Amino acid sequence: MGFIHKHEKLERNSVLLLICIILVVLVGGIVEIIPLFRKETVIEPVEGVRPYTPLELAGYNIYIREGCYVCHSQQIRYLRDEVTRYGHYSLAAESMYDHPFQWGSKRTGPDLARVGGKYSDAWHTAHMKHPQDVVPESIMPSYSFLAKNAAKVNDLDKHLKTLRLVGVPYTDEQVENAVNDAKVQAVGPDVADTDGLIERYGEKVNARDFDGNPNLVSEMDALIAYLQVLGTMVDFESAKDVEDGAQ
Amino acid sequence: MSDEQRKKEIDEVTGVETTGHEWDGLKELNNPAPRWWLWVFYICIIWSIGYWVVYPSWPTLSGNTAGRFGWSSAQKLKEEQAKIADRQKVYLDRFEKASFDEIMNDEELYAFAMAGGAAAFKDNCATCHGSGGSGAKGYPNLNDDDWLWGGSIEDIYQTIMYGIRSGHDEERVSAMPAFGKDELLTRDEIAAVTNYVMSLSGEAEDEAGLGQGRTIFQDNCASCHGENGQGGRDFGAPNLSDDIWLYGGDRETIYETVYNARAGVMPTWEARLDNNTIRQLAVYVHQLGGGEEETVNVEQQQPDAGTDGVDTNAEPVEQPVDAIPGAADVIDAVNDSIQETQE
Repeated sequence: MGFIHKHEKLERNSVLLLICIILVVLVGGIVEIIPLFRKETVIEPVEGVRPYTPLELAGYNIYIREGCYVCHSQQIRYLRDEVTRYGHYSLAAESMYDHPFQWGSKRTGPDLARVGGKYSDAWHTAHMKHPQDVVPESIMPSYSFLAKNAAKVNDLDKHLKTLRLVGVPYTDEQVENAVNDAKVQAVGPDVADTDGLIERYGEKVNARDFDGNPNLVSEMDALIAYLQVLGTMVDFESAKDVEDGAQ
Repeated sequence: MSDEQRKKEIDEVTGVETTGHEWDGLKELNNPAPRWWLWVFYICIIWSIGYWVVYPSWPTLSGNTAGRFGWSSAQKLKEEQAKIADRQKVYLDRFEKASFDEIMNDEELYAFAMAGGAAAFKDNCATCHGSGGSGAKGYPNLNDDDWLWGGSIEDIYQTIMYGIRSGHDEERVSAMPAFGKDELLTRDEIAAVTNYVMSLSGEAEDEAGLGQGRTIFQDNCASCHGENGQGGRDFGAPNLSDDIWLYGGDRETIYETVYNARAGVMPTWEARLDNNTIRQLAVYVHQLGGGEEETVNVEQQQPDAGTDGVDTNAEPVEQPVDAIPGAADVIDAVNDSIQETQE
């Protein structure tokens, strides 16, 4: 019985108990907290990841508001079947500007980490309005109201500013032009001057009328702009070098 | 309290010794965790030390400890992919080098392409084209022999690889004008040409305006869709003289199509799928029902560059007839309407 009753010594000696508790909490704290301060050591140094454009950010906010993450993950794991189906496994760098990240934990619908560019805008619009029109076996609910709601773009500069506080590297110029950039991205180069947007967010930025309704910058525009950029930022040629270098 | 003292205190009801603690007359029975459980617990702790040594575990200032053997999930994935590639190698090596002709004539390669194509189709194509390839509004049926951009394996391969209006440099691209939205035609004119387009597949109800519709069609549509509306693959312009409709063949839908134009998008798969998978898909789609042997040009018409297109002085159409099934009826109908308007 001797060994088992040793805990009595701890239970009956408050100072000893306190010291031991502090030791345990210290170890646990170090293991859990230190990595958070050293995030940069696990974020792959890949090229191409940029902060979301204001319109994409509005879409990201709608994604959270509608609880898309409840049924869709954004995390392709290191499993052969997932990589075959969805593409290159997710990198930490790809969600480093997400606050909060949308990795999710449940797949009722498919993973969306690389859905960008996989389907056309028209498909997304039709699918969001009535999923069963394009995927008869789908159990996703309809989000047709997104096409009718005007996206709230007038406060996007404040969103950018807030994100800058937590480390997303938005420039002053990006913050100043946020509202206009969102409107420009939702109509595209045929209607508006997208030079500034492209200068601020790069050549690859998608600027067009996403939902097929040129008269309204809708929540549908914003959400599709967000979906169409998911997983498309990383230049995987450079990612390859990182991987090979790691071995 | 010493062990000796505690042993003396036995709870009367249960016969279990107490811990000696007492709160308001309540005493705690001393039922410690079973010894076997404790030993498993201690062994687990010892086991974890081995785990720290072998696998990546402790955070350090420059990342984390890598583990004795450098194991990583990325490496594990690579090995698994290599294992599968190895298993497929016997076919893949030959498949990679074989031309589409050789694949179609080699039972093994064909089966390999079909198996891979079927799996890739379900993952990537079925979302728009349907799991059986039967299409949906705006997404072509791949089972029939009606092709917008060509139905030979090479054509299909090109379409999958680079997409349609996908933004890729090599994309297949054409733009139908939005005749109503951009005020190229009045609403009445659009209604007339809609009626005419319906007549091409024998659907027109209103015979009266066909002449006007035909003139508008020849002026505005024929340069891409062909004089007889048989379509043109240079522009992915659909055949309007058959019963197959991409967006719908009813009056309202055709009117909407002419008014707003259509510009369906198919993404490029170049970056998403590897070349072999795209080749497998091309073979798979080709055999779904309507695959063509060669790139056919029979129905294509070269538009007159730089002009408004076709001579609109209503000359009865003579040719080509034989090449297109059912064209004779259409031409008869057209000729009738021409006579009507001339009378």
